[in-house]
Amino acid sequence: MITISQTLKAIDESSYEEVVSQCIERIKNNKLNTFITIAEESALEIAKNINSSKNHLQPLAGVPVAIKDNISTKGIQTTCASNILTGYVPPYDAHVIERLKEAGAIIVGKANMDEFAMGTSTETSHYGPALNPWNTDHVSGGSSGGSAATVAAGEVSVALGSDTGGSVRCPASFCGVVGLKPTYGIISRYGLISYANSLEQIGPIATNVKDMTLLFNVITGYDSRDSTSVQIEKDYTESLVNDVNGLIIGVPDEYFGEGTEPAVEKAVWDGVHTLEGLGASWKKVKMPHTRYALAAYYIIAMSEASSNLARFDGMRYGLRLTKDHDWHTTYSEIRAKGFGEEVKRRVLLGTYALSAGYMDKYYLKALKVRTLVKQDFDLALKDTDVLIAPTMPAPAFKLGEKISDPLTLYLADVNTVPINLAGVPSISLPCGFDNGLPIGLQIIGRHFDEETVLRVAYTFEQNTDFHTITPEVR
Amino acid sequence: MITTKEVEHISWLARLKVNEEQLEGYAQQLNSILDYFAQLDEVETKDVEPTYHVIDVNNVFRDDVITPSLSQDEAIGNAPKKQDGCFKAPRII
Repeated sequence: MITISQTLKAIDESSYEEVVSQCIERIKNNKLNTFITIAEESALEIAKNINSSKNHLQPLAGVPVAIKDNISTKGIQTTCASNILTGYVPPYDAHVIERLKEAGAIIVGKANMDEFAMGTSTETSHYGPALNPWNTDHVSGGSSGGSAATVAAGEVSVALGSDTGGSVRCPASFCGVVGLKPTYGIISRYGLISYANSLEQIGPIATNVKDMTLLFNVITGYDSRDSTSVQIEKDYTESLVNDVNGLIIGVPDEYFGEGTEPAVEKAVWDGVHTLEGLGASWKKVKMPHTRYALAAYYIIAMSEASSNLARFDGMRYGLRLTKDHDWHTTYSEIRAKGFGEEVKRRVLLGTYALSAGYMDKYYLKALKVRTLVKQDFDLALKDTDVLIAPTMPAPAFKLGEKISDPLTLYLADVNTVPINLAGVPSISLPCGFDNGLPIGLQIIGRHFDEETVLRVAYTFEQNTDFHTITPEVR
Repeated sequence: MITTKEVEHISWLARLKVNEEQLEGYAQQLNSILDYFAQLDEVETKDVEPTYHVIDVNNVFRDDVITPSLSQDEAIGNAPKKQDGCFKAPRII
């Protein structure tokens, strides 16, 4: 794995172009399938001219960055890993991309993901799964699997993902890197191709908390083009303090439920005790509605998806079939050919949940349960500073192990989705290994209290060495 | 229970063609997922307000001024079928 400072040092010792071209070589030579599109020409062009622009003075000057393929990049194909967007080249940049460019970062390509971010393994990608660098028989996690795997494999130092129900934290956990799902509203979603608007946030991924925070600092900030964007300006690097003295950690039993691997339970408790040894204290907290969060999450996500994905009809962009029929048949055939199985399932279920006669039973009920899940967090965080729990109940599963049964795959998200329902921030970082596969611990905070979450994460990392262990990528 | 007839209706609503031979498979999958969703019936929510939005942001307005936007060429640049600077859609009437 490589850090931002190692990348900047390599630039000093060689050149912007050399560093970008080496990065692209690494991507091309691996067999992990981490990227859908490699932006070789534009990346090298920017690297060549960076000295003549004022960008070489910026904090991420010349740093190669990978972008999840559901974030719009002007002039670079953006597919959401779906056949229906094959060949789509956005005419504008997402807000986070504008920010990255201003900070001097160089986009080297678009990272593999689950189709429209619907999945926990990248196995729903139209382009095949991104493999786990620690063991290529295992999944990289999802949906931002390509983003986490490319960082873990040492191809880039930083990447962007998006997290609707765990899509940054799950692959970060499975690939042994650091990933943040920020508070809802902190990062503009302008240019993020929507799956479930009320749940998702773009999130940074890196090999360590400091690099992740540097990236987070760059991409946060108010944007009038996203009506849910909040006005907060902070320098999050000030939170990188190696001190948890006096902080209170809440540990919810509900997050260590049935299906939690003993190795995961032990590694996470070891993590809590590490922080206790550094001056924090911990107490058990009760979050009784956790068991209903998964069902509520999937109903809301599928309902929003069925509406959001209505725009893909082949008229303005994407797949179009040669022959037109009446408009209903034309749209229906394009969508049947363009969407993969999981996307179809979610669109159908979402359509059902919103249809006349079922809306109150499913959608409205799920929104009410969401209120109760959110109240669990409000109460649990009332007299604690952060919550700690396993990110995933088990390390990365094998390719093909869960994909045939949708519900089994959904159950893997049990510890990540409640955070999105509540809109609170959560960071996943490595806290151990089981049979050579990384285990992730998540630190959850109050709305807009990324500072405490980052401080606890940074302290944990400074006093452990899990983040220094890197996979041997073959 | 969703019947194959209902799957057909939903697929019509969703503008998503499902072939005859796939209907049974979808009905089974959707039913097993809906069975799981049914556990929400256990939760008492009579006096609970729904949460549509987790952060307290309301009625965001902006001034009604014209700002630069995509040119017509850029806007239709990705359209697979176009004519005279417009998107070309299937015949409606």
